Formats: sequence, structure tokens, C-alpha cells
Amino acid sequence: MTDFTEIWSYLAQGPLVWLVATLAAYALGHACFQAAGRRPYVNPVLIAVLVLAGVLWGSGTPYPVYFEGAQFVHFLLGPATVALALPLWDNLGHVKKAALPLLASLLAGSTVAVVSALGIASALGIGGETLASLAPKSATAPVALGISAQLGGSPTLTAVLVILTGIIGAITATPLLNALGIRDWRARGFATGVAAHGIGTARAFQVHPTAGAFAGLGMGLNAVLTAILAPWVLSLFQ
Amino acid sequence: MIHALLVLLTAQLAGETLTRLTHAPLPGPVTGMLLLVVAFAVFPRLVGVMRPLAQGLLGHLSLLFVPAGTGVIGHLDKITAQGPALAVVLIVSTVAAIAAGALAFAGVARLLGTEVGE
Repeated sequence: MTDFTEIWSYLAQGPLVWLVATLAAYALGHACFQAAGRRPYVNPVLIAVLVLAGVLWGSGTPYPVYFEGAQFVHFLLGPATVALALPLWDNLGHVKKAALPLLASLLAGSTVAVVSALGIASALGIGGETLASLAPKSATAPVALGISAQLGGSPTLTAVLVILTGIIGAITATPLLNALGIRDWRARGFATGVAAHGIGTARAFQVHPTAGAFAGLGMGLNAVLTAILAPWVLSLFQ
Repeated sequence: MIHALLVLLTAQLAGETLTRLTHAPLPGPVTGMLLLVVAFAVFPRLVGVMRPLAQGLLGHLSLLFVPAGTGVIGHLDKITAQGPALAVVLIVSTVAAIAAGALAFAGVARLLGTEVGE
């Protein structure tokens, strides 16, 4: 028992334990997602976060100690954002064929996402750091975290709000778009990608390949537009 | 692999530098992404070089949110206090954004006579 305690206190000093824990928690979340038939409400990130939060709380580990190990995964958010250039490039052909509808949809979806979030939150008495953290909630997480940090929000709170936004979008998109009578797969996919980023895009690919390709395009373009819109709209509510 | 990694990180570094220099409102990696799209247009062969690495990174994109998401343990007080308000904000705003985006697309496509049904 002393041996185990000694080994644990040795390992807990270094980054390895929490790096392994991060990957293991995600692998567990992904296994649950697969086992549940890839349903959007069984989200691998949400499961991983809940498991890790439980482990940190149970072992009395402060978040900065955990982050010593997890930072190696976190760092990859930047390069992954740059890598979004590839799906954007692959879908540029779609942009040329449907430029005006795409532009209208991007402006409408992106503006409504930022303005309605900040407007409703302000009306409900949410302000300060939480309000700034909400502003980029429809952008893909790596970009949203960067915007949140620039606006004086909390990137960790933004991460959770972004994930929840994606799950809500993935669950509501199909019944909502059916109720609105939208039958164009391009419109359905693109709007879902703009409002609900990668999680919405994954959902759109499950429904229809065209919807998926347009969702990926919507996610990429909204990342850029949210970075421009969010600081400006936030200044109206502060 | 090593060349793709070099290009990817160089694009990010260039993006960070350009963002700082111009005080642009974009996060550095977003500028880097736009620079890489421009590089693809100038050097189309680069697309094939970047594809395996980019697909590898993007295939498990959601893993990369886990460390930041776990930071929620530092915000439990805020989330419990403002939980119902935050839930209303996220649900209403996301539904409204999807509806607005889809209606705008379909409306403009109908005006131009380029709509695709079924």
C-alpha cells in the first residue's frame, strides 16, 4: 500500500498520468457514443468531461495540476483550426455554385446566433465574464476558445457552452427543419453547421452526405464571421 | 508527415504574427487557416501533402476540447447559479440560428430559381 502511495505521488508530479487519463476518458466516451448508435445526446466529450471532473474531484487534484498533462492535447487546438483549411478548400466548389444563398444564410445564421445569445442572456441578467464566454458559442471550439480569451471571457466555460450548443443543434435540427418545410439538403446542412459547428456537422453527415459537406462549409465560414462579429456585438451589450 | 507538420505550424505561426501586427479581430489560428487556403490556391500540390495530417487531426477534433471542457469544475458555482438562464439562452439561440440560416438560404435560392428539393 505504501508502495502504491509512493508510486502515485511520484507519477502525480509529472504530466503523464493526466495525459493518459484524458485519452482514456475520451476513448470511454467514444465507446459509449458508438454503443448508443452515434446518437447526438450521447456526446463523447461530455462523457469524458464528466468522468475527468469526477476523478479530479475524487482525488482532490486541482485543475492546474491536471492541465500540466492535458496541455499537450489542448495545444493541438491551434494546429487543428489551421487544418480546417482542408475541408474549406474541398468545399470551395459548392461556394461558387451557390454563392448568394450561402452568403445570405451565413449572415443570417451567424448574426442571429450571436445577437440572440447575448440579447437573451443580458435580459436574463447574465453579464461580465459569462456573457463574454457566451458570445462565440456557435463557432467551432478551437476558434471559440480563442475568441473567448480575446473578449475577456473564460475559455473553459466557453468550451462547455460550445459543446452544449452543438448537442442542442444536433438534436433539434432535423425536427425543426422538417417543421419549417425546408427540403434543400444544402440549406439544411449549411444552417446546422453555422449554428452547431462540428457536432452539428457530424449529425448532418449522418442524415445526408450533401447536408454534411455543406455543414462543414458552414462551420468553417462561421468560425471566421463569428471572430469578426462577436467582439462588435458584445460591445453593444456591455 | 514532417513536411505537412512544418507547413501547418508555419501557417499558424504566420497567422499569429500577422494578427499581432495588424491588430485584426481574428484569433491567430483562424488567420493561419485563411493563409493555408490561399497557399492551396497558389500551390495546388500542397493539398495532397496536407491531407493525411489534416484528416488525422480533424478526425478526432472533439478529443481536443476535453482539457478545456474539464475546466468546468472551476465554474460549477456559476453554472448552478445561472443554469436555467444559460439553458434558455443556448436552446432558444441555437434553434433561432438554425431556422434563420435555413430560411435565408431557401429564400434566396427560391428568388434566384436555384432551389433543390427532395
